[in-house]
Amino acid sequence: MMLEVENLSVVFRDRRPPLTAVDGVSFQMGEGELLGLAGESGSGKSRTAHAILGLLPAAAEVSGGVRFQGRDLLTMSSVERRQVQGKDISIVFQEPMTSLNPTMRVGRQVEDALRVHTKMAAPERKTRALEAMELAGLPDPERVYRAWPHELSGGMRQRAMIASALVLRPRLLIADEPTTALDVTVQAKILDTLREINRKEGTAILLISHDLLVIRNLCTRVAVMKDGRIVESGPVDQVFQSPREDYTKLLIASRPTRKKLQGGGSHG
Amino acid sequence: MTAFFKRLALLLVTMLLVTALAFAAFTVIPADPTASILGMNATEEQIAALRAKLGLDLPLWQRYTTWLTDFVRGNFGTSYRFSMPVEDLLRPRVEATLALTGLSFLLIVAVSLPLGLLAAHKEDGLLDRLVTVCGQVTMSIPNFILGIGVIWLFALILGVFQQKYVPPEDGLWAHIRYLLFPALAVALPKTAMTVRLLRGSVLGELRQDYVRTAYSKGNAPRAVLVFHVLRNAMIPVVTFLAMTIPDIMAASIVIEQLFGIPGLGQMLISSIGNRDYPVVQAIVVIAAFVVVACSFLADLLYRLMDPRIGGR
Repeated sequence: MMLEVENLSVVFRDRRPPLTAVDGVSFQMGEGELLGLAGESGSGKSRTAHAILGLLPAAAEVSGGVRFQGRDLLTMSSVERRQVQGKDISIVFQEPMTSLNPTMRVGRQVEDALRVHTKMAAPERKTRALEAMELAGLPDPERVYRAWPHELSGGMRQRAMIASALVLRPRLLIADEPTTALDVTVQAKILDTLREINRKEGTAILLISHDLLVIRNLCTRVAVMKDGRIVESGPVDQVFQSPREDYTKLLIASRPTRKKLQGGGSHG
Repeated sequence: MTAFFKRLALLLVTMLLVTALAFAAFTVIPADPTASILGMNATEEQIAALRAKLGLDLPLWQRYTTWLTDFVRGNFGTSYRFSMPVEDLLRPRVEATLALTGLSFLLIVAVSLPLGLLAAHKEDGLLDRLVTVCGQVTMSIPNFILGIGVIWLFALILGVFQQKYVPPEDGLWAHIRYLLFPALAVALPKTAMTVRLLRGSVLGELRQDYVRTAYSKGNAPRAVLVFHVLRNAMIPVVTFLAMTIPDIMAASIVIEQLFGIPGLGQMLISSIGNRDYPVVQAIVVIAAFVVVACSFLADLLYRLMDPRIGGR
């Protein structure tokens, strides 16, 4: 297995009373796999993702094990972990507006991981950045390369984020609510792009979303989280068609389908 | 570009207003320069003749327009008291004040930028607390008291400072070495303020989402600080620094008195006392220009540093 998360817990000791955000989560991901992590906000799915990459604030106490390609990410030194961050595992955040640096041109941000992890010269970095931008579905990469983040639309910014995450072709891409801040048509296109990336590059994607339909659209397997625990998991279609847990049923039902929006469906 | 010309026009209007106001102010204070030129025993006729010669019998607006046209032609007039062109009289004084102001500014930048970054890097660390305490102390002490403190410490206790002004003709290094001590007194409070501002600005930026993005790419904390945070955190600091140059100049003028530096400050005070209008007017122009130019500079730098504003 490429990624093995075992009994992962995240506790915030600085809260009174201490807050257990993630409570003994275990799951595995194979190479090139598409796994969804579902749950309402506050269920601990984002904290789980951030814990895997070591991005939680210092006050968070992380325990358990996160093994990536056989090495435990939690026990390695911060220097070793930095060699994994952005190179083997990348992340795309929810807010494309604020996740980009407002005073750095988009191209330089896409190149950032190259600057950190390689000794490439500037022209080669640019070539690689333009490739990644094309892969992320950005039209006119040359222009976007020179643009400032505020000059791009929300969807373009998120594609720039995806490009910056992909520039070193990581084995695992964590997408933390990548489409939540975007409107529905853009959402679908971004999901298409993620699927393309998975197909072309074999990148495994851990998709985190409160929206089970988004997960169903992209993933083959899903794990449903509630109060920091995984309450149900399995193949996406199976969980969708015959959810075991009432909580999963609620999650499925809380998504307004076209039928309901037209007033024809039941209450939910 | 239109914004640039608008600012430029505003700059000129401000300068006009300030010089006109300075001119008008002299009609309010009693006595005129004839008394200091001719002495106490002058006759009525002598005074009247001199007033006519200096143009003081003309109405205020006429005197102002005469001064203004001369000024635009590059003629600053002649000092009543020293009977020499104002330009020649003021040049060495402007140089002395600018040297002190410039040196103070460099001190502020050179000390506060690394200190502010380090204090923010190790928030609540030993250095952070030390900087905060020192900052509180120096900010709450007026410049001239700090100046006395500097003299006491460096001249009387440590003996590394000779309290006799060295003009630039006697060697540039000796000149700068002398100015370093008054510059210290000028720079300390502003340095403390800049450190605080930069520290707060960096800490604010470190909480932004893009910092998390930078960490997710494998950046080390120092790289995050230098490559990602610094430019954003510097935006308010650079604006503050540009706006603070007039303050530094004002503080320099006070400190000059204490350290016996023949700069603009001494000249301004004695010229007001002697009603030496051309000299006072020229100094007012210089001071107004510094203030207006610095706010212009602050605006320009802000636009250059923040791409979100630059385009408009």
